[in-house]
This record gives sequence, structure tokens and C-alpha cells, in this order.
Amino acid sequence: MEEKELVIIGGGPAGLCAAIEARKKGIEVLLIDENLRPGGQLFKQIHRFFGSQEHMAGVRGITIGEKLLNSAIEYRTEIWLNSIAYGIFKDRIIGIVRDGKNVLVKAKAVIIATGAIENPLAFRGWTLPGVMGAGACQTMINIHRVLPGKKVLMIGSGNVGLIVSYQLLQAGADVKGVIEIMPQIGGYLVHAAKIKRYGVPVFLSSTIVEAEGKTEVEGATICPVDQSFKPLLKKKKTIDVDLICIAVGLSPLNEILYQAGCLFTYQPYLGGTVALHNENMETTVEGIFVAGDCSGVEEASTAMEEGKLAGISAVEKLKREKYDEEKQEIRKRLNDFRIGTFGEKRRIAKEQLVKEYYERIKN
Amino acid sequence: MKKDYRIYDHPVLGKISERKKIYIYLNKRKLVAYEGETIAATLYANGIRVLRKTEKLGEPRGVFCAIGRCTDCVMVVDGIPNVRTCITPVKNGMKIEFQHGLGKWKKKNW
Repeated sequence: MEEKELVIIGGGPAGLCAAIEARKKGIEVLLIDENLRPGGQLFKQIHRFFGSQEHMAGVRGITIGEKLLNSAIEYRTEIWLNSIAYGIFKDRIIGIVRDGKNVLVKAKAVIIATGAIENPLAFRGWTLPGVMGAGACQTMINIHRVLPGKKVLMIGSGNVGLIVSYQLLQAGADVKGVIEIMPQIGGYLVHAAKIKRYGVPVFLSSTIVEAEGKTEVEGATICPVDQSFKPLLKKKKTIDVDLICIAVGLSPLNEILYQAGCLFTYQPYLGGTVALHNENMETTVEGIFVAGDCSGVEEASTAMEEGKLAGISAVEKLKREKYDEEKQEIRKRLNDFRIGTFGEKRRIAKEQLVKEYYERIKN
Repeated sequence: MKKDYRIYDHPVLGKISERKKIYIYLNKRKLVAYEGETIAATLYANGIRVLRKTEKLGEPRGVFCAIGRCTDCVMVVDGIPNVRTCITPVKNGMKIEFQHGLGKWKKKNW
């Protein structure tokens, strides 16, 4: 059996940042990813990121992805692609299917950075081809350069819904509208303004009734809702679309954390059930760390900082050295990010997560 | 008219990069594909969005998550059923078939 000092599962923004930090400090790292290319979802983010200079603000996601990848290679990180981790067993022995073959790797420390998955939304006709996740659509247009449809209805006006709507316009599609069940737009005004400038209507206090079509989407029926979100079917109307995108949030991809025996809690502002972790990103199972969206859905920028924090913490554990100052700087940058209506709620949720970690680890 | 859903020019990403042209077969139909793209991308580029029919009700399904999680896009690829077309890259001469239900194994000695 192969033995490694640190194994990182997931090569997105969090995993790559964790790998780079650990390599910088001289730790042997194996980064595994189930895809054929690392970078996670960064390579479909063609918009510029927010924040300050040190958060790489104003830089497009694809450029950040390339920078991280180059850095990971420069620091000679061992990367296994097309490799799926299916379980973590006693003494941190990790079961991996690499290129179709079973491999066991024993790690002194593990960082799990598996990301998140888009939430589905069930309505009549939602299984028809032409109904897909907004992120799925983003992958199709920005990575594969293929439009999954030409006339689009977007469900959800959060940042993902707004950004993907704008990127669909950039890709040449006609966005017929964005519907939102709440009485106000969910995402940032900057993103909403971009699609408004194109004349895309945002239907507030509205919901989808049905995806029309026999074998694929040929239209969408929408209607307003009352104050208790009950659909007002008498006012329904059908719009001419061939693509319906669902942007109603994400959930952490944390099956392997369950399997590894980590304790969980429920935090709605972090995307649902999340693994408890302390201020060093260590879970309730010693030696297993977590970072990025799988530890609570936030943004790529926070995922990168959490990745660095987890990376440094794992090094501390392995080398018995202290990097308090560096960690404190990262925590400060994380808090700088967690501001505003949603950010503030996520900051509080993360604090509760850490508090609960210490309460439950005692028992 | 031939359906074409490829995005050839893009205000941020520029012109589509030069890639090696290859061919795949959907049942008996020959389709142009480009090295490095996924099977689902080739099919969607040609306007083909119905990839399989469900076991009991025969309902159509296509790409839903595009990251290999939901398995809605599975098809029979070179005789092997349940291949996730949204994450499987095309290869020259690949034979793709629509899948009905759970599909049938056609490849021997596997």
C-alpha cells in the first residue's frame, strides 16, 4: 500500500490552494480528482471576481484556475486525475478507483474538498430534456462551447441565476426571462443590472407551473404567487422557450465525510447538512480536514482561503510546527468576505459550526 | 437545415479554438465531433437532446447536471450501457446508441 503524508480529495479552488500551501511548507501531497482536468468549476467562471486585491478581485475565474494549476505544478504536487475516492477507512486508508483500478493509499492527514451540487426543483415536466441546472448550462456554454437551447427561461434570481443568464446572452442565446418566487431579486444588483441592460424581464413573486413539450422542452408556463407563495393559476401564461435552467442553490457534496464518521449539523445558510469543523478546518475525526463548498456552500473566493487554512493546519499537525500568524491573516480575509446580507449570515453560521464542534466533541 | 448549436465566436472567450476533427456514430448516423469534448457536447451541438428513455414509462431524458452526478445522460457507448455522456470524452469512431431503460450489455469478454 502506498503511503502519503497528505491526501487531498478534490482539485477545485479549495483543494488546489490547500495543496499549494502544504507543498510550500515541504509536505508530500497527493491531490486526487475524479475529472480529467483539475480546477473544479473555476474554468467555467468567465466573469471577474469581487473583493479586494488580495482576493484576486477583478480577475476572471478561468484565469484564477490557470494560476492555481500552474502554481500546484510549480510546487511539484502529485496529481491523480480520473480518480474517485470511494471511502476513508481505519487509520485514514483511502479507497480510490484510479483509471478503473482499485488503489489503497494510507494518509497521515486528509483534506476533503469535494465541492457542491446544484439543487433540483421538481415541477410538472421537469425531467424533460431541455430542463437543466444553471451550472450545467454554464459548463455546456463556457467549456464545451455548445448552447443547450436558444430561448431560455431562468428559474431563480440569485447570483448563479443572474450570472448564467448574462453568460447565456454573451453566448448568443435569447433569455426570455428570469423568474423569482420572492418579491425581490436575490443576487447582487451589479449582476441584475447587466441583464436588465439587455432588456431581460425579471418576473418577481412568480413560479413555474410546467415545462411544456412531448419529448423536449417547447415552452414554459409560469404564474404569479400570492403572499403565502400559492400559485395564482388563473394568471398563468406560457412563454416560448426551449431551455429551462434551474438556479435554486447548491448543497454540499459530503457523502465521503459521512462515510468517514464525521459529525454533522444543519445550517440552512451554508446549504444544508454540513460537517462540524473547528477554526482550523479539522472535522470531528482527527486528521480529517474539510475546505470549500463541501464544508458549507459559499463562493470560490472563500473556498480558496479555507483551502489555504486547511492546508496550513494539516502541516501543523504533521510537522508539529506553529503558523498562528498566517492562519490569523487567512481568518481575517475570510471574515472580510463574509459581509453583507448573505455573507453576514454565513459568518454567523460558520461561528455556530465551530461552537457546536467543541460542544459535541466533548461528549 | 442542419442544426448547429456551437458557439463559434464569444465576446470573452474569443473564437473557438482549433481542435482535431473526428467522427462518432449515433446509431447509424455519422456526426462531426472535436477531440477533447464530451459525448453529450457533440450530441447537443447537433441538436440531439433526447439521450435515453426510462425503463417503465419510456420517458425521455437528457443532460441535467453535466458533472457526472445525476446519471440522467447515460447512453450505450461502444456496447457498454450506462456511460455518463456528460463527462466521457469522444474518441474517433466511437459508437453511441440511445439507451432504453437499463440498457443491454453488447460487449463480450468485458
